[in-house]
Amino acid sequence: MAQTKPTKMFKSVGFYGVLYGVLIFCAAITLVPFAYLLCASLKPTDIFFDNLFLPSGDGLFGVAWDQLTLSHFHRLFAEEGFARPILNSTFFASVSGVLATLFSAMSGYALAKFRFRGRDSVTNLVLAALVVPGALLLAPNYQLLYWFGMLDSYTGLILPALAPAFGVYLFRQATINSVPTELLESARIDGCGEIKIFFTFVLPLIRPMMGAFLLLTFLGSWNNFIGAQIVLQTPEKMPLAVAINQLRGVYGTDYGLIMAGTVISILPVLGLFLLLQKEFLSGLTAGAVKG
Amino acid sequence: MNSGYPRWAPYVLIAPFLAVFVTFMAYPMLYSLVLAVQQTYGPKASRFVFLDNFAYLLTDPLFWRAVRNTFVFAAGSVLIQLPLSLGLAMLLNHNKVKGRIFFRLIFFSPALVGTVFIAVMFGLMFSRDGLINFSLHGLFSVFDPEFPWLERFVMGSLILAALWQFVGFNMIYFLAALQNVSKELSEAAMVDGAGPWPRFMNVTVPAIRPIASFVVLLSLIGSFQLFELAWVLLNNSGGPDDQGLTVVMYLYQKGFISFDLGYASAIGWVLAALLMVFAVIQRRVSLMDED
Repeated sequence: MAQTKPTKMFKSVGFYGVLYGVLIFCAAITLVPFAYLLCASLKPTDIFFDNLFLPSGDGLFGVAWDQLTLSHFHRLFAEEGFARPILNSTFFASVSGVLATLFSAMSGYALAKFRFRGRDSVTNLVLAALVVPGALLLAPNYQLLYWFGMLDSYTGLILPALAPAFGVYLFRQATINSVPTELLESARIDGCGEIKIFFTFVLPLIRPMMGAFLLLTFLGSWNNFIGAQIVLQTPEKMPLAVAINQLRGVYGTDYGLIMAGTVISILPVLGLFLLLQKEFLSGLTAGAVKG
Repeated sequence: MNSGYPRWAPYVLIAPFLAVFVTFMAYPMLYSLVLAVQQTYGPKASRFVFLDNFAYLLTDPLFWRAVRNTFVFAAGSVLIQLPLSLGLAMLLNHNKVKGRIFFRLIFFSPALVGTVFIAVMFGLMFSRDGLINFSLHGLFSVFDPEFPWLERFVMGSLILAALWQFVGFNMIYFLAALQNVSKELSEAAMVDGAGPWPRFMNVTVPAIRPIASFVVLLSLIGSFQLFELAWVLLNNSGGPDDQGLTVVMYLYQKGFISFDLGYASAIGWVLAALLMVFAVIQRRVSLMDED
């Protein structure tokens, strides 16, 4: 006993050393590109490639802090009109996020808690739609939007995004798992209308999934590139993802400017995620775990 | 029998979703079959060619190059990325690890960044004077400090960038899956003197298999739709000698640059058929697990 204890302790110290070592190494690899991006957005163009991260000098930690500049950000707004794509992306992502979440929650609830004709066929359609690649719909949807006269409009970009089969599937699971049928029945006996029941009883119970799916669809639209690239034509209507790609086409090697645009594009979603992260991460796996 | 709710209630709840779903999902899918047997120039001009599009696909060398590249990318995602995700999840799942939430947050964060923005970031990191060449040359002095990643190692670069983007995302699913591993069974195996590898194969793998097969399917579906990462990283093209051409990129080029929506739809259907085969296989595997 007395002899095995120290070896065991030594072994476990070594084990945890390796375990934390690997975790910290991986965390560093994950974070370094973010740091690289942030530094790149603050470096003046003429000394951009002199140093890998920050310009070296006599300041604190051997960094020439006074050489850092916000001029790239200033140029983005003053010369490139970057406020417009930021507004476009915010509008597009908010509207499609809120409506897609609401529509999915309503139909998920209907599929989970009501018996009606065609329920099973709709459920099967939704499940089948999960594997349809978005790319298959690009060409026919383009034709459809052309017929509807919705090309180059936000209606044409938002409408097709409002029927996420994945969302209906997730909300169906969430309703089955967290909304008791007895509650709905007693609310009805008390004379509650169906719409009031949905908003005051059902929605609060599936709130975690609402948060998760709202963030998921917001992210999807915020980062959407191919849809906007195909549907929109007017430069002023472009969202951030397209604007950044165009910036790159015009100012190929002006990395500071391009990286500043990227920083602006990813900060809002990182912030939103930090706010909703707990609900988001558990909602993300709900479909897989309980499905 | 009176179920307690008005008969219209489920129909009203499901109507908004169903209207959009039928218009922008079900109908376009059927319509893409019509498009696939036509040759078109934009949304206005078309002529019936029956199966010529598919016949031409079979002999189209660029299509086969795109298929090969996409398979390479998918293989890289499943064979390199998923084992790493599982490894990280198992490290974090170790019952004495502190700061689990913190590490989870860091590893997940790249998944929030839109693919276009990741492509822009990695464009700088893979550049001749970029972070990756600098680090590799610093670690191994024989490494060429100006290695042209996006000319000589195109698919590898794409796999690396996607690795950074999705390792943490898939880790979240594996972490959820590891909750199904029975502690008693794992401890009993340890008492019986089973080594780490047999314990992993006989206790962990069977418990995580249902979710793991779902993650493999998700990962395949995602990988086979690779477009934005390659498109932006390779400056809106298939890269030198089309080394980075992917199936969806080819679909986009044919449909929205050459404006042949018919040929694009034919490519889309080949892709959809492939994904459906994967889904059926996954379904079989998960049904086997339920027995």
